[in-house]
Amino acid sequence: MIKRKLVLSFPENIVTQPITYKLVKEFNLEFNILRAEITPNMEGKMLIELRGDKDQIDQSIEYLTGTGVSVQEAAKDIIIDMNQCVDCGVCTSLCITQALILDNKSFKLKFNKDKCILCELCLDCCPVSAIKVHI
Amino acid sequence: MAKTIEEINEKIKNGKVLVLNAEEIIDYVKEKGIKKAAKEVDVVTTATFGPMCSSGAFINFGHPDPPIKMTKVWLNDVPAYTGIAAVDVYIGAAELSETEGMNYGGAYVIEDLVLGKPVKLRATAYGTDCYPRREIETYITRDTINQAYLFNPRNAYQNYAVATNSSNRTIYTYMGKLLPNFGNATYCSAGQLSPLLNDPYYRTIGIGTRIFLGGSQGYVSWYGTQHNPGKERLPNGTPCGAAGTLALIGNLKEMSPQYLKACTFHNYGVTIFMGIGIPIPVIDEEMVEFLKIKDEDIYTEIFDYSVQRRNKPSYGKVNYKQLRSGKIKINDKFVQTGSISSYFRALEISNVLKKEIENGKFYLTASVAPLPLEEKYSSLDILSKEEL
Repeated sequence: MIKRKLVLSFPENIVTQPITYKLVKEFNLEFNILRAEITPNMEGKMLIELRGDKDQIDQSIEYLTGTGVSVQEAAKDIIIDMNQCVDCGVCTSLCITQALILDNKSFKLKFNKDKCILCELCLDCCPVSAIKVHI
Repeated sequence: MAKTIEEINEKIKNGKVLVLNAEEIIDYVKEKGIKKAAKEVDVVTTATFGPMCSSGAFINFGHPDPPIKMTKVWLNDVPAYTGIAAVDVYIGAAELSETEGMNYGGAYVIEDLVLGKPVKLRATAYGTDCYPRREIETYITRDTINQAYLFNPRNAYQNYAVATNSSNRTIYTYMGKLLPNFGNATYCSAGQLSPLLNDPYYRTIGIGTRIFLGGSQGYVSWYGTQHNPGKERLPNGTPCGAAGTLALIGNLKEMSPQYLKACTFHNYGVTIFMGIGIPIPVIDEEMVEFLKIKDEDIYTEIFDYSVQRRNKPSYGKVNYKQLRSGKIKINDKFVQTGSISSYFRALEISNVLKKEIENGKFYLTASVAPLPLEEKYSSLDILSKEEL
């Protein structure tokens, strides 16, 4: 029995398929959806913890990749260095869960950690390298 | 009734000037009307804070003994242009480091000088009778060099495009990281706060206009490269995309790291965030008509940056209110938007400039010559001499 924390990205054309259901049924996995952002007609993201037999987890990842889902290991933590940040907000366009937003009154960047699914899409977008990851 | 720059400066001197930023004037006009606003408000401060590649600094190092006519120069391993006099160079913001690639470059050298950090100067030369030295390696700081002034050939673009990506791979551009299949869209203008969008026909901003540049007082030195005033415009005067530009000059030694910041766009290169503020004198009612412009009145066009050609396919127009809402519609799909320029910092600069004018530290200037309203915008074609 092992545990793995993964970030799954669902392209918009398969967002409506019951993919997580198959993980239980075919691979006998226990899973815990930690965070998810699924909207019809938009790319979906999910932070998921899988528990089960190592081989079956590997097979399930193969299955997921085959359906078009991209799978990556979850990072531990995303940190925003507010001393570097210039509040441009370019990162907010990449943040599917809107953990990163520009406050609509102050126009300052706000990072809501509870919404972050650690997908790391924002990592290489920051022009002043204010976004860092703890692995 | 028309107001002159002299009258406004007299009010600044007497501490009686009324200054609003380009956001505040919107509600002021809504409440009091054009006539009253034109009479009561003297100055409106506009600003922008965004990456502007066409920036750089002229530096004079002073002469070593024995002297050198530098033919190749590196500042912290970033090449500087030296095809001018012996110890004069131009360091461009977008120049990359020869040892660190995109992690360091001209913009970072400029920022390090502003921060007062030591910068390694290395130069080689062929040696002449008057300049016998053939190489030098030393350290400089902002305080050891003679002149250091920014001379930015193209800043403060009057509007800019929105970038998106229709392809099936992530692309890295000067408009930032663009996700596949219209995964996001980025834009780059201060919109209702932006200098040239508040004076769309360059009635007050011209050559010689005193401005806020990177924290110091600088000047508009010329119209910028790629100045394209003939761009299609709305009835309110604002162009629907990249139009006019400014060439700016200012003393680097007086600038502040708060309003000038080196940056790197991943897989694209190095550039510099420039903080610019321009005061617009409220000379008459017509000026108020331009100054009351708000984000929803300013439109720009969405382009597909995955098409690696000069002319990119358009996906229609949007206004800045839609862009700032965080979501726009492209081909019936909702696409998240993000700004490359910082509205927060632009607002801050507009308020700093406002304070400086109120406190009598910043006086307005009439322009010496206007910016052209007609200018050819050429492309580069590959031609033989006979085809010219």
